[in-house]
Amino acid sequence: MARKISMKQAINEALDLEMTRDPSVIVMGEDIVGGTGSPGEDDAWGGVLGVTKGLHAKHGNRLMDTPLSESAYIGAAIGAATCGLRPVAELMFIDFMGVCFDQIFNQAAKFRYMFGGKAETPVVIRAMVGAGFRAAAQHSQMLTPIFTHIPGVKVVCPSNAYDAKGLLIQSIRDNDPVIFCEHKNLYGLECDVPAESYAIPFGEANVLRDGGDVTIVSYGLTVHRAMEAAEALAKDKVEAEVIDLRTLSPIDWDTVIDSVERTGRLVVVDEAHPRCSIASDVAAFVGQNAFGALKAGVQMVTAPHVPVPFSPVLEDLYIPNAAAIADAARRTLAPTGTSPRSIAA
Amino acid sequence: MQTDRIKPIVMPKWGLSMSEGKITGWLKQPGSTVNVGDDLLEVETDKITNVVEAGDAGTLRRVLAEPGNVYPVKSLIAVLADPDVPDAEVDAFVAGFAVPKGDDEEGGEDAGPQYLFADTPAGTLRYAKRGDGGPTVLLVHGFGGDLDNWLFTIDALAEKATVYALDLPGHGQSTKAIADPSLAGLSAALLGFMDTVGIGSAHLVGHSMGGAVSMRTALDAPDRVDSLALIASAGLGREINQAYIQGFVAATGRRDLKPVLEQLFADTSLVSRQLVEDLLKYKRLDGVDGALRALSGALFANGEQASVLGGDVAAAGKPTLVVWGKEDRIIPAAHATALGSNARTEVIPNAGHMVQMEAAGTVNALLKEHIGRG
Repeated sequence: MARKISMKQAINEALDLEMTRDPSVIVMGEDIVGGTGSPGEDDAWGGVLGVTKGLHAKHGNRLMDTPLSESAYIGAAIGAATCGLRPVAELMFIDFMGVCFDQIFNQAAKFRYMFGGKAETPVVIRAMVGAGFRAAAQHSQMLTPIFTHIPGVKVVCPSNAYDAKGLLIQSIRDNDPVIFCEHKNLYGLECDVPAESYAIPFGEANVLRDGGDVTIVSYGLTVHRAMEAAEALAKDKVEAEVIDLRTLSPIDWDTVIDSVERTGRLVVVDEAHPRCSIASDVAAFVGQNAFGALKAGVQMVTAPHVPVPFSPVLEDLYIPNAAAIADAARRTLAPTGTSPRSIAA
Repeated sequence: MQTDRIKPIVMPKWGLSMSEGKITGWLKQPGSTVNVGDDLLEVETDKITNVVEAGDAGTLRRVLAEPGNVYPVKSLIAVLADPDVPDAEVDAFVAGFAVPKGDDEEGGEDAGPQYLFADTPAGTLRYAKRGDGGPTVLLVHGFGGDLDNWLFTIDALAEKATVYALDLPGHGQSTKAIADPSLAGLSAALLGFMDTVGIGSAHLVGHSMGGAVSMRTALDAPDRVDSLALIASAGLGREINQAYIQGFVAATGRRDLKPVLEQLFADTSLVSRQLVEDLLKYKRLDGVDGALRALSGALFANGEQASVLGGDVAAAGKPTLVVWGKEDRIIPAAHATALGSNARTEVIPNAGHMVQMEAAGTVNALLKEHIGRG
């Protein structure tokens, strides 16, 4: 039965259910247990923000604390995946991915291809993404576009607890490497989540709101800003359709194109930097494949091309907000030739 | 105050999860005469849009709720009164109206559970119970459905009956494993549920596959079944829309599922985004795919229904009501006559397979009369 739980609880529950169902699922990462092998409380930490807390007590040494060496344990997780386990490695902040990039993009992503389809790498790498946590430039990035760029890696970024649980279960059952991006400012957000196991297929966007005037596409935290913008637009009799991509690789082009063919207008919202982003990717795809349907230029609402500021005032300004999204939607509705040039980049 | 001559019209509560509704339009204007059963207005919820019918007669003296606005359930949205009731009394009635409280399901999260669960021999089954006293009625949904298929039915019948609605094994929020996916197996699960919650005998109201399950139960345990109401029922002929069954089982995404669900309704606009999403959430649960494949294989293999029970049911002589939507695209309305003179038969125009939702007022009136007689 469904009850309201937070996204953090939903992720914990997905790990618990899959570890119970499948003994080959293991969980590893820095401080994901906390206290093992040292005096004091066992399972003290459960990860830097407590997502895995309680799982060690239930599943024992199938959860393991690793040394502070991302390149070592992400490599170990990928290697274990090729040998029959289904590791879920927690990398704390996606910002730390750089030091283990060879293992991800040149090893895990390539094995199936290089070995003629005979090798599978069912590894999940969980990492926190996004700004708004007052954690400064090295712990706040939305690096989803970097992984989306790489063939052979799947990229997931849920916007709510229901999707997080179903997408993480799907990620663990999937036979390819998955980068599972968790927005840290969504961890506390609650919604109805069934207690049972369920899997949400990859490449299936969620339409959160119907509307015939403009399509707003987003993922992760900014889905909620897009919904706020849609409510504001509705007061002006502008009905926005809001699409949550849920997975960035694979991506559900059909749902985006179907919607744009009805509305003729598109706003893409991305918390990543504007260049080579999910926003530019969606804008380009629609421009190439649905040009005839467009009644106005595609608008992108993104973070600026600067590192995430540590100043709280500037950080709040950095994240795309509802007012900016609504303004972008209004620009698509303005008569041709009157819309001001986008100054995003 | 002559409150017996002043009748409130309130926002209806359709199903256990509805807390508010949006007025999409009034079908009667202030001052017009209203008869019982007249279409009054249209209300949209997050699940579905439907017409509210008048439960009382009178003149529509006040329309308080405006189209486009959202109102909580049971709030006053209009007032009916006889023409000779003074305006001042109508206004006083409006001013003094208080939203009724005290129902067990009201009062937010502190109130009792909206849904109940019973541990039965067939597993944990979810159910709802409404009303108290009078005859006992048990509502049995169809293939891929759940107890919310009765959202327009359960409260209407509960005015004069004790009404149960359950999720069959493999459905809704009940156990997904189905030990025996035949009609006999589902009938045994139904009887096990009745034993567990203490129902001696009941009027069985079955929709589609649930109708066939109800018939099987009436044949296997006649003393447990007071009467049968068969709505767009399986088990009355061989034909069934195999493309629908296969499409429903196979669909994994919104774009596949929506056109399949549209076959259930005469008015396809009733298939809202939320309706599709709710069904996808059900279909994604572990075990559901296996349950649906087992049921469709056992009951609807090779494009036809495995069991036709009409002859046996006619011979059994239970009071039986058969209701069909004329535009049914899943099981043909021609099956409505299968029981001949052994049943009362009503075929309702402009309604599809989900006739209890599309023509709720008409179907509820037929069910009330049928149960009252039985």
